[in-house]
Amino acid sequence: MDSMRFDRQGRRLPKAIKILIAGGFGAGKTTMVGAVSETKPLRTEEILTDQGVRVDDVSGVEAKTTTTVAMDFGRITIKDQFMLYLFGTPGQERFWFMWDEVAIGCLGAVVLADTRRLADCFPAVDYFERRAIPFIVAVNCFEGARAYDLNEVQAALNLGSGVPVLLCDARVRESGKDVLIALVTHAMKARKARTTSG
Amino acid sequence: MTSPGPGAEEDPDTDEVSWSEVADLADAEERWLDDQAGPLVRPYVMTSGRMQPIRGTFDLVTLVEATGLAAPPELGLGPEHQAALRLCDQVMSVAEIAGHLKLPTVTVRVLLGDLLDKGLVTVQDPRTDDEFMNDEQMYRAVIDGLHAL
Repeated sequence: MDSMRFDRQGRRLPKAIKILIAGGFGAGKTTMVGAVSETKPLRTEEILTDQGVRVDDVSGVEAKTTTTVAMDFGRITIKDQFMLYLFGTPGQERFWFMWDEVAIGCLGAVVLADTRRLADCFPAVDYFERRAIPFIVAVNCFEGARAYDLNEVQAALNLGSGVPVLLCDARVRESGKDVLIALVTHAMKARKARTTSG
Repeated sequence: MTSPGPGAEEDPDTDEVSWSEVADLADAEERWLDDQAGPLVRPYVMTSGRMQPIRGTFDLVTLVEATGLAAPPELGLGPEHQAALRLCDQVMSVAEIAGHLKLPTVTVRVLLGDLLDKGLVTVQDPRTDDEFMNDEQMYRAVIDGLHAL
């Protein structure tokens, strides 16, 4: 397949890049997506299905209502060359089938942590570690939350020393930008390390 | 089937485009189960029970654009097909099309597969690109771009 495509006016089509914003319920995922997105965040819905449902098993399904799970996402266009799509993935493990969808071919992930409920982001950390997806941890500074030493967070999450941990305010655009820059920088290094060692 | 209906004269939430013909589908949003699960929908009606696109593979960020060919009425495209096609006048990702139409992405993938099959849209599949994800220049360009925002 040709790697470069052009639109009807002959302009080069931008390349789409996926980034996951993960973390526990209420950690600020949607807030961060909204703060950095150039457009009003949109919501996609995925249908919750049985893993076992086969394509040829749809007889009767057409009349059935079903449940969906929502995922908010935003977009940042960079020099008409790249489109960064930021997906705020629902935290619970029961929605991991949706993470797979976003994670395949993604650039990397931000795990948003709330220090009042640090354990909520264990599943996300575990998920990305096991799939060798580059990620960073951004500690969302909620008002009233005890200020943690970043080293404490690193230790509590049992992160490898290479995983950046930083503070952020998910409501603030500049802060969100800094988080994304940290992620892309980390992902670049992680990729490089992998290609030179492999 | 859903009736497209001429109703929905007003759409207070209009961002860029107004999709009066799918406004009744949007009403589905009112029926939320809880904070995490979404609304109840009948996603298979408009795809005639299909769950897989007849052509193409559609990632959430596969970019889709209309080819500009007019869709002859005999192609039998439903109102959802037409609405999706109009959105593709600008380059748009599968996720955005689904978000604007307020339809589940599985449904949108099937609709887009039909449009692709009929030559009405072109797609750019982002998943072929290990090379792209290993390209240091891409990372540097993105970092620069983020700084410049």
